Amino acid sequence: MSLGHDILDRLFSWAAIQTDGTFWMPVQASAGAEPVDRVFSFIFWVSVFFFVLIVALMVAFVVRYRRRPGREDAEDSAHHSTALELTWTLIPIAIVVFIFAWGFKVYLDLNTPPANSYEILVTGQKWKWLFTYPNGHVDENLHVPLDTPVRLVMTSEDVIHGFYIPAFRLKRDVVPGRYVKVWFRAIKPGEYQIYCTQYCGTGHSDMWAKVVVHEPGGFERWLDEASNFLKTMSPAEAGEKLYRTRGCAQCHSVDGTGGTGPTFRALFGHPVPLEGGKTVTADEDYIRESILDPQAKIVLGFQPVMPTFQGRLKDQEITAIIEYVKTVK
Amino acid sequence: MSSDAVNGAGANPVMGNTLGGDNYLTHGRGLKSWLFTLDHKRIGVMYLVSILSSFLLGGVFALLVRTKLLTPGNSAMMSADQYNQMFTLHGAVMIFLFVIPGIPAALGNFVLPLMLGAKDVAFPRLNLASYYMWVTGAVMALVSMTTGAVDTGWTFYTPYSTTTNTSVIMMVAGVFVLGFSSIFTGLNFVVTIHKLRPAGMSWFKMPLFLWGLYGTAIIQIMATPVLGITLLLLIAERALGVGIFDPALGGDPVLFQHFFWFYSHPAVYIMILPAMGVISELVSVFSRKHIFGYTFIALSSIAIAVISFLVWGHHMFVAGQSNLASMIFSALTFMVAIPSAVKVFNWIATMYKGSIWLATPMVYVLSFLFLFGIGGLTGLFLGALATDVHLHDTYFVVAHFHYVMFGGTVIAFLGGLHYWWPKMFGRMYSDRWGRIAALLIFVGFNTTFFTQFVMGSHGAPRRSYHYLPEFQRYHQLSTLGSYILGIGFVIVAANLIHSLFRGRPAPANPWGGATLEWRTTSPPPHDNFATTPVAGDPYDVEAWRYDRTIGGFVPRAAGDAPAAG
Repeated sequence: MSLGHDILDRLFSWAAIQTDGTFWMPVQASAGAEPVDRVFSFIFWVSVFFFVLIVALMVAFVVRYRRRPGREDAEDSAHHSTALELTWTLIPIAIVVFIFAWGFKVYLDLNTPPANSYEILVTGQKWKWLFTYPNGHVDENLHVPLDTPVRLVMTSEDVIHGFYIPAFRLKRDVVPGRYVKVWFRAIKPGEYQIYCTQYCGTGHSDMWAKVVVHEPGGFERWLDEASNFLKTMSPAEAGEKLYRTRGCAQCHSVDGTGGTGPTFRALFGHPVPLEGGKTVTADEDYIRESILDPQAKIVLGFQPVMPTFQGRLKDQEITAIIEYVKTVK
Repeated sequence: MSSDAVNGAGANPVMGNTLGGDNYLTHGRGLKSWLFTLDHKRIGVMYLVSILSSFLLGGVFALLVRTKLLTPGNSAMMSADQYNQMFTLHGAVMIFLFVIPGIPAALGNFVLPLMLGAKDVAFPRLNLASYYMWVTGAVMALVSMTTGAVDTGWTFYTPYSTTTNTSVIMMVAGVFVLGFSSIFTGLNFVVTIHKLRPAGMSWFKMPLFLWGLYGTAIIQIMATPVLGITLLLLIAERALGVGIFDPALGGDPVLFQHFFWFYSHPAVYIMILPAMGVISELVSVFSRKHIFGYTFIALSSIAIAVISFLVWGHHMFVAGQSNLASMIFSALTFMVAIPSAVKVFNWIATMYKGSIWLATPMVYVLSFLFLFGIGGLTGLFLGALATDVHLHDTYFVVAHFHYVMFGGTVIAFLGGLHYWWPKMFGRMYSDRWGRIAALLIFVGFNTTFFTQFVMGSHGAPRRSYHYLPEFQRYHQLSTLGSYILGIGFVIVAANLIHSLFRGRPAPANPWGGATLEWRTTSPPPHDNFATTPVAGDPYDVEAWRYDRTIGGFVPRAAGDAPAAG
């Protein structure tokens, strides 16, 4: 960054939002951040120049030409000057054409992913992000290897969301019914914030996640371990993870609030009234059947809208979910 | 002068004051004479009262939003859903009920025929109809607030707006009706400016405020129908399930954004063009100097009106439009910056060698140049593709928008209000309190919104109920600023209302303006002018000299040349 920014940083260090960023910008954690910040910096100093010019002239004129006794009237001066006016039309045109061209070039570079990028699927839904890795593992945070081009293929399950990583200077709306692609190359290990920037309702401002940039070798280790969570976690813990990442949480609450489906709270071991007047006790077999053949028994007051998870969840995963449901008191 | 000495003063023909005598306010008494009036001045005053009430309502919503944001987490004051409704209503009320009609319908209605030396606008009945359309739309918006206030943001983006369970249809229908109010006003102004200009007032002898209103009217007529159609399609989708925008019904959600911004970006210029017109008038009068570069300023208004139709795509730089489209919209966006820059330089040049009078309206002009300068320059960051991707949908955009719409339009509106107030009501307000309020608003505004630039460039997303604790200091500073801003407005209101009762009677021309509205009495008679005035150069302010005995300006007698300074 330029000398000017260093001075600003020192002047405003008391006000800095993040210690590792500058007064204006967050930390540069992707290869794309620096070129963007250079454009920002240029526009910033152009703006400072013109702003100071305008305000200085304004203040100087007010001081010098203020109305006072003996100065009731204006002095004679030109009503227009085509040369002058053309000057302050053409110079700004030249400057903005330059800014436009630079801004476009950097934008294009950042929109052209290199071949052989590592691909991760991103799903936006009210109100969280899910990241699906090539081996099928689904996580709530984005984990990426250092210095590797990563391509995100993103879609939304409901309304428009906005995927944003400030530290990467990366943002794109995630639109239902479409796949949008962005890419980045992380250059600094650490954890950075992910936001939703397209307003999407009640939990819009809770749609936070982290992007974790791993040191060389760390990403592979993490993915290995994370994918094997059925082996490393207790069944109930693993079940909770599946509950959050495999779509259960969208319809079934765990705190008793209503949803598209019945809540899991105080479900296990309790009688469940069904459509048609029968009652069934929620045991392991009932839950397993409800996952694999949801239309077999419809709970009273609910619509038969749940899709089957036959082939989408392994036996071990279903068992883990049942163990989790048991813990939801 | 003590207010007691002048309180209750009767008509004073010498100074051109008609209080206590016959003027448009006393011409016809009773509620009916107001509700069915065809007088553009009374319609202007009714608009003024209505839009200021809306401004108060929108302002209360803003203060509630800012107060919640003192803390980053949940608030006992309002839930996330209520917060979402608050910021939506703040935006919708301010945009559709206040800023769009603000300067044209309130100040424009009052001033436009007077500036033309005309008796009224071309279609007085259409003018009244436009007002009642506004009232109908406003009532519908209020009804929607009591029947499940919308939580979509003022932009009504699909598919969220077609799936949320708040009363979107009622609010959108209200905005649809408000659009017609806007179209009627625009149509009326275009015809009035074309047909009712007096002898001697060619296009390039028109006051620049009229150029501003003319450019605005063109946009109102051409862009507003697109909003109307878009909102009807939205209603069709919500009510009838016709798939237009919702992908679940086979629609395209981004199509809505194109339609919406095809109106709403030009609408930003509906909001700023009349404000620029106001500044052009004020800077000349309070510098006691002819406006500098009249032709460039006039043509820049038209340039803005035309180019404003071609930049809507910059709202979709991150929505997934093609690189080619983004490139074209970015280039055109930069072009629309140029006419605004030209105006600013010409206004500054107007002050050069002037005799600058720091009365309240001029303080607002200086405030405008400062704030609109920041608003305009920060637009460069958002027009450039590389930086926009980072800043889009963050507080940086919120700050930029408010610097233009508040720092620009609202400040110019306040300047214009203080400028034409003596003409409207025949009373002078306290200049000292006027300037104190202007200063408080300036300080409060910068405290509120400059902090938001910094939060935004650090990535804080807008429309957020929760935020990360690291932003709390900035949010608190911003909220403090909004309270200062609120106090400033209370003083403005108190000062102006106080003047209605105890203000010094205003002379016909208190500031030395050379446009025609200053040639009639304050307040003007029902028919505007006793004798039709002859239009000259609207910026020949030096043809007027200050007369101490009446506290206002009178035409310079022949041979009484201005003292060259």
